[in-house]
Amino acid sequence: MPLNREQIAQRIAQEVQDGYTVNLGIGIPTLVANYIPSTKSIMLQSENGLLGIGPFPLEKDVDPDLINAGKQTVTEALGASYFNSADSFAMIRGGHVDLTVLGAMEVDQNGSIANWMVPGKMVKGMGGAMDLVAGAKNVIVAMQHTDKDGNSKLRTKCTLPLTGVNCIKKIVSDYGVIDVTPAGFVLREYAPDLTPEKVLAATEGKMTIATDVKPMTF
Amino acid sequence: MIKSKVYANAKSALEGIKDNMTLVVGGFGLCGIPENSISALKELGIKGLTCVSNNAGVDDFGLGILLHSHQIKKMISSYVGENATFEKQFMNGELEVELCPQGTLAERLRAGGAGIAGFYTPTGVGTPVAEGKEIKNFDGREYVLERGIVGDFALVKAWKGDKFGNLIYRKTARNFNPMVATAGKITVAEVEELVEIGTLPPDQIHTPGVYIQRIFQGKNYEKRIEQMTVRKA
Repeated sequence: MPLNREQIAQRIAQEVQDGYTVNLGIGIPTLVANYIPSTKSIMLQSENGLLGIGPFPLEKDVDPDLINAGKQTVTEALGASYFNSADSFAMIRGGHVDLTVLGAMEVDQNGSIANWMVPGKMVKGMGGAMDLVAGAKNVIVAMQHTDKDGNSKLRTKCTLPLTGVNCIKKIVSDYGVIDVTPAGFVLREYAPDLTPEKVLAATEGKMTIATDVKPMTF
Repeated sequence: MIKSKVYANAKSALEGIKDNMTLVVGGFGLCGIPENSISALKELGIKGLTCVSNNAGVDDFGLGILLHSHQIKKMISSYVGENATFEKQFMNGELEVELCPQGTLAERLRAGGAGIAGFYTPTGVGTPVAEGKEIKNFDGREYVLERGIVGDFALVKAWKGDKFGNLIYRKTARNFNPMVATAGKITVAEVEELVEIGTLPPDQIHTPGVYIQRIFQGKNYEKRIEQMTVRKA
């Protein structure tokens, strides 16, 4: 069995280091926050202008002037600050955010990512994704390894319109943990119920298996 | 004595907005949007508008109100989901859309207001948004030239404002409003609380009054929540 969404989030949380400023995208990335141990001191950045996102509010504390980038009502964490959208993206584009986690429709072996547009379908827009992949020091992609027909989403070359070029260094999929290197995908860890060979077989892009490959642990 | 910029209501403050003008509008989702000005635009029936705003509202609120009444010709936005009216008008060719990365949009407004014609950003290089634009290499990395934006009118919403136009925003309702405030030939601010000059602490002003030409006391703020999320006690 490949991993479920929660397990992907749980594994990504292990990459978050004490003292990090982190931007979490919508979907699986948002779940990562639930698995960061309280022993680590981190600040979550929301691109609509909040550094220090707290938990969801109690019903009595809901404030329409306090939302995250997914437009959900949130609270402010201790030490939080508010700022305008230009300052927010100065943080992002300027490389001041340590880690960005976002979803993807496709990533290719050169580290290019597509996650905002499917030609012929209604285009909703890229939001802040293009700025985030262009600016964060470290971008981790949380994604499904294959589509519902079993086709690989880790491609030789992205087929969908790109969000960013050569900017992804690490993927955590439901199949494993994959580094994106100049030599293509490198499988570092695989889902406990799978084998490295199964991950390889489910990957279209060029992939090698790390010599020290191991099953994922949580 | 400082000349007062105070208008009685939204309708009078929007005097001079004409068909086919470009409006830059503050807000993120439905948070910090100029609710009163949007309602007044609907009432005034001004058409053919180009609206520069991060989002396009929802079907029956925010800029969605003006989409519904077919008053918007073109949107320049970063994210326009959550709106079926938008989708329908876009698909049938009635509505023109220019999608712009969120950080680039914020910076285009900041640049426009700051007298900067264009700037180079790494965002979007190699993607559809860079097509047809100048690419320049700095220190081994490619950047795309993006243009500043100035609107005929800018519409912003603040928490508190004084009669000179000094503004203070509240929490994440700040978002695009400070840049939008600088990027209008005429900027109209609506506030939840309009106070006398000298009331707001000068050290805590987010938008200095020089950017604001007109200000009015807003009313009946709905502050609709798009995604209500709560935890249990």
